[in-house]
Amino acid sequence: MTGPELARLIQLLARLPGLGPRSARRAVLDLMRRREQLMLPLAEALREAAEKVVACRSCGNLDTTDPCAICADPRREPGTLVVVEDVGDLWAIERSGATRARYHVLGGVLSALDGIGPDDLDIAGLLRRVRDGAVGEVILALNATVEGQTTAHYVADRLAGLGCRVTRLAHGVPVGGELDYLDDGTLIAALKSRRSL
Amino acid sequence: MEWTDEGLILSRRRLGETDAVVALFTRDHGRHLGLIRGGAGRRRGASLQPGSIAVARWRARLEEQLGTFALEILVPTAAAFMDDAGRLDILVAAAELLDAVLPERQPHRELYDATRAFLDALDEDVPAGALLVRWEAGVLAALGFGLDLSCCAATGSTEDLVHVSPRSGRAVSRVGGRLHADRLLALPPFLRDPGAAIAAGDVAAGLVLTGHFLSRHLLAPAGRQDLPARVRVVERAARMARLPAP
Repeated sequence: MTGPELARLIQLLARLPGLGPRSARRAVLDLMRRREQLMLPLAEALREAAEKVVACRSCGNLDTTDPCAICADPRREPGTLVVVEDVGDLWAIERSGATRARYHVLGGVLSALDGIGPDDLDIAGLLRRVRDGAVGEVILALNATVEGQTTAHYVADRLAGLGCRVTRLAHGVPVGGELDYLDDGTLIAALKSRRSL
Repeated sequence: MEWTDEGLILSRRRLGETDAVVALFTRDHGRHLGLIRGGAGRRRGASLQPGSIAVARWRARLEEQLGTFALEILVPTAAAFMDDAGRLDILVAAAELLDAVLPERQPHRELYDATRAFLDALDEDVPAGALLVRWEAGVLAALGFGLDLSCCAATGSTEDLVHVSPRSGRAVSRVGGRLHADRLLALPPFLRDPGAAIAAGDVAAGLVLTGHFLSRHLLAPAGRQDLPARVRVVERAARMARLPAP
């Protein structure tokens, strides 16, 4: 039905998250229709990103410079590190604009099922940064899942005795959330984490 | 084929981008797998945490098929332990152990009821490590490898039982084991007497005891090594045992 070039392109696109063979075929057809406006700029952007983007050796963020723009920014708080599971979580916190802290990307969470142990995460790099720098607080911004919190406790254990304050994100009622619609787990966590007004 | 049963979520394995294969320990159908459409997604996946209790409806065209689960969470057990590293590890260790050693589709109703009671007690103000040791001894018994702590294997005495033979799993008294005490496992008093005081080091000793038999009879034959969450529980208990008494 299609030549080997198109078949390969469809096959590669279908491997991306959110795309299957059918949507990959639609994307390829659209790219072919808009060859000049979309396909060639996309190919150039992909090539350029593959050549220039690297993982920051300090925090694990993706950027064209090493250290990344966040690590190199002198306006960032040097004494606070936000620990996240992956770069997507770092981007989410950056989008919110909630903190001017620096980050540390672990590269995953502890998972027996997936065979991910402490040695597969960049915990050694985090400990090195805390020991070497004047870090006063480490914020563990990991998912509120069993795996995320197991990892948070493990990292907190490893940070004990290094002289920094270890905190984690609050668990509970989301902004705009109505109690009647919340699941039991969120309500239990919210009640356990209640605080004085 | 269709049934409805109550079960404990043991694990969730991602299948493709959005679906998941979930292992449940159900009361009447034992450890049972099933597909959950959207189970790896953000909305449905969030509730599928190990240790949670759910009502499960399983459907398949033929009995031998994987089938699909529809789950309604009854008790989101893990939510109560997110702040407690020790209890969270114990919960995960229990789920990992059941997932590793239970045969598929064989009911173990007594073990299921004991596990529900263990999870209920875990939320109370009781020594969680000792609960885990007692529950693991129950898992061994339910799967045919129970410890015999009724009397000394050497003398028949029921007094001063302080060791367990690593080969037979039978208790040994202080007198009966005096010649080879270094090769015997320590028997913490709380395993024989639920009302006994728990001294520093008792939980660590209990975990070594049950860990030896779990490994020998259940994990090693299944080609499994130590379970990561259990290793963390053992390390924490060993650290606590080294702390000076308050």
